[in-house]
Amino acid sequence: MSTLANTKPKSVLWDYLTTVDHKKIAILYLVAGGFFFIVGGIEAMLIRIQLAVPENTFVGADTYNELMTMHGTTMIFLAAMPLIFALMNAVVPLQIGARDVAFPFLNALGFWLFLMGGIFLNLGWFLGGAPDAGWTSYASLSLYSPGHGIDFYTLGLQISGAGTLIGGINFLVTIINMRAPGMTYMRMPLFTWTVFVASALILFAFPPLTVGIFLMIFDRLFGANFFDPTLGGNTIIWEHLFWIFGHPEVYILILPAFGVFSEVFATFSRKRLFGYTSMVFAIVLIGFLGFMVWVHHMFTTGLGPIANAIFAVATMAIAVPTGIKIFNWLLTMWGGSISFTTPMLYAVSFIPSFVLGGVTGIMLAAAPADYQYHDTYFVVAHFHYVIVGGVVLGLLAGVTYWWPKMFGKMLDEKLGKITFWLFLIGFHLTFFIQHFVGLMGMPRRVWTFLDGQGWNTANLISSIGAVFMAVAVLVLVINIIKTSMSKQQADGDAWGDGRTLEWAIPSPPPEYNFKQTPLVRGLDPLWIEKMEGRKEIVPAEPVGDIHMPNGSILPLLMSLGLFIAAIGFLYRNDYAWGDPIGAGGLFITFASMFLRSWIDDHGYHIHKEELIDEEEKEVK
Amino acid sequence: MSAEEKLTRENFPESPEKATLEGKNKFLGFWLFLGGETVLFASLFATYLALKDSNAGGATSQDLFELPIVFIATMLLLTSSLTSVYAIYHMKNFQYRKMQIWFIITILLGAGFLALEIYEFNHYVHEFEFTFKSSAFGSAFYTLVGFHGGHVAVGLGWFITLLIRNGRRGLSLYNAPKFYVASLYWHFIDVVWVFIFTVVYLMGMVG
Repeated sequence: MSTLANTKPKSVLWDYLTTVDHKKIAILYLVAGGFFFIVGGIEAMLIRIQLAVPENTFVGADTYNELMTMHGTTMIFLAAMPLIFALMNAVVPLQIGARDVAFPFLNALGFWLFLMGGIFLNLGWFLGGAPDAGWTSYASLSLYSPGHGIDFYTLGLQISGAGTLIGGINFLVTIINMRAPGMTYMRMPLFTWTVFVASALILFAFPPLTVGIFLMIFDRLFGANFFDPTLGGNTIIWEHLFWIFGHPEVYILILPAFGVFSEVFATFSRKRLFGYTSMVFAIVLIGFLGFMVWVHHMFTTGLGPIANAIFAVATMAIAVPTGIKIFNWLLTMWGGSISFTTPMLYAVSFIPSFVLGGVTGIMLAAAPADYQYHDTYFVVAHFHYVIVGGVVLGLLAGVTYWWPKMFGKMLDEKLGKITFWLFLIGFHLTFFIQHFVGLMGMPRRVWTFLDGQGWNTANLISSIGAVFMAVAVLVLVINIIKTSMSKQQADGDAWGDGRTLEWAIPSPPPEYNFKQTPLVRGLDPLWIEKMEGRKEIVPAEPVGDIHMPNGSILPLLMSLGLFIAAIGFLYRNDYAWGDPIGAGGLFITFASMFLRSWIDDHGYHIHKEELIDEEEKEVK
Repeated sequence: MSAEEKLTRENFPESPEKATLEGKNKFLGFWLFLGGETVLFASLFATYLALKDSNAGGATSQDLFELPIVFIATMLLLTSSLTSVYAIYHMKNFQYRKMQIWFIITILLGAGFLALEIYEFNHYVHEFEFTFKSSAFGSAFYTLVGFHGGHVAVGLGWFITLLIRNGRRGLSLYNAPKFYVASLYWHFIDVVWVFIFTVVYLMGMVG
């Protein structure tokens, strides 16, 4: 077969623009997600400056609405999601003993779609106003938002959402079809399990968002009337579609974080994860129940007591599998030989932080009480406790834990611990007090508050806490720069206590990951081999030719086409060039898809002899 | 993929679409994609059901729909699904020529369906002034049925591209999964239409 393609040397830039290697795509996701995380963080800081003192005029009401909307949208869609995809890409193929994902080309396409959508979403800042109807963008508000802010939201999210859906399908197929011999479902590492369930959630949760956004695009730009009551429309449809997506989305974010913690607890307690089977059961149950609870975001919409009661009970039921997981983590540490590395600190601190968020979740799930909490800072405190106390701590733990695997260098532990303590203290300082201001009645999403209501000190404390978190992130950035300058190379088993397959290969791994596909003999395969006195995994095959996919620029072109199309359609009612540019952009996308179908792509092979040569070089 | 071996009718695998790892991945990935598509259409159906009586004083579904034309369209599409089954049957038997012929018949039937739909939409717009913008019902109707029509158009383009590209190449384990997956997509479109026929047209006739 064609072995001649794609072996020419490439510049670094061209390599990353055309790469289909899951390890390089992971780095792209990490860089882009990290960038948007900082953008969203700056927006949060501006919000906290505005709210530090009563009747502040640091930003106006309009700007505040934009900041608050873009903070939420950016953090969920452009920071948390891609950072999770970064970990998924970096780790899952290695954990299951695969040489790549099932669809390397689609993997690249997913990334470029996300990036183009993210950039488009942020264009609003420079082109006459960012979205300003909250990250939920309820139709009753967003339909009448002047300017094009909301259109940047809808078109940008549509593009990046398509990328996420593609990524979800890719990981489902990868995990089902590409596992190494012996890697049965019940021997899969917990992180892989959580990614598997989260990918299934993506597959079924994103299409309702796609439809909701299409309806909004049609209403605002093409003259449809889905949400306009004067012509028979109904804005509640948006709320339903958004939350049928929105609630599973929360679990799409938190489940992989649970997976990270499960790996970290087992590794640094030097013990097999307690209750593996019940953990898997709990993940699947959480994933299932995640689709049954969306109305708890709409208790005050007025769907009636029966609907509210059913969804309240379903919501509370989720506490059961989550509780199972919390106890399993605690019992994993019980009697273990624990070392408090930075990832382990994040994991340990996650338990009380997340439980707090869970408890307020149960409080909010009680529908009658929710009428009191609704739209107050109590809700803000709740979801920041689950998202920051769960997802962000999980991401920080995961990035620190797998950094040596991704880049071949250990992050500095001292600086890592400084980041941890600053972040943890800052986080609780910021959000704990918000429970109480919320109960006192401070409404969320309002740009300022009056003096003399007893909210001044609490808000100032919140703002000081935010500074702590900002400094923590700054220390993390310094740590990353310092690490990348150092020459110290990390071992394959960088932490010394690795249990799963990714620690059995060099850091960073060669482009083909495993020279020989590994043979998996049980849960925690590397640990099993270590216990039997071997240093390496037993291979399942002799050294042979390795098939590799070709790089391609087409994913970038397809995404670019949609980006151009979005610009055109956004201005279709303002300028005559709008529709032609929109059609032109779609043409670029479809032409690229046509080329992808037309041009045969068989990939290439790395020959056995080259692999053996490399091995000999290493020995010398 | 053992491409060195020359494929004949005797050694052609029973399920050529799943004979290679690439094929297996494509097969599974596409089934999952159809799962997502199902949710997409379910959301559109839900929206349509919520808005189908919100005609804002304009034309209602009873005014608009005429069963004969919808019936003919349904028959065309259902038959095209059957002919694509024949095509895949011949593909599995390594009868390339017959597969091509049945796919061409499938395309012709699909194009006939699409033409009828365009005629129908045109008719509604000009006879009843029933447009995408006239009411929430109008928006919901054209979006749901239009999304389906868009899928038909994409499916036709896909079949045509595949047939032209592989016109002289014959069957291989590289292109067999491609034909198979395209026919899966075509069946899905057909199933969605069965629901549109029932929920939109039949339920719309009885009110």
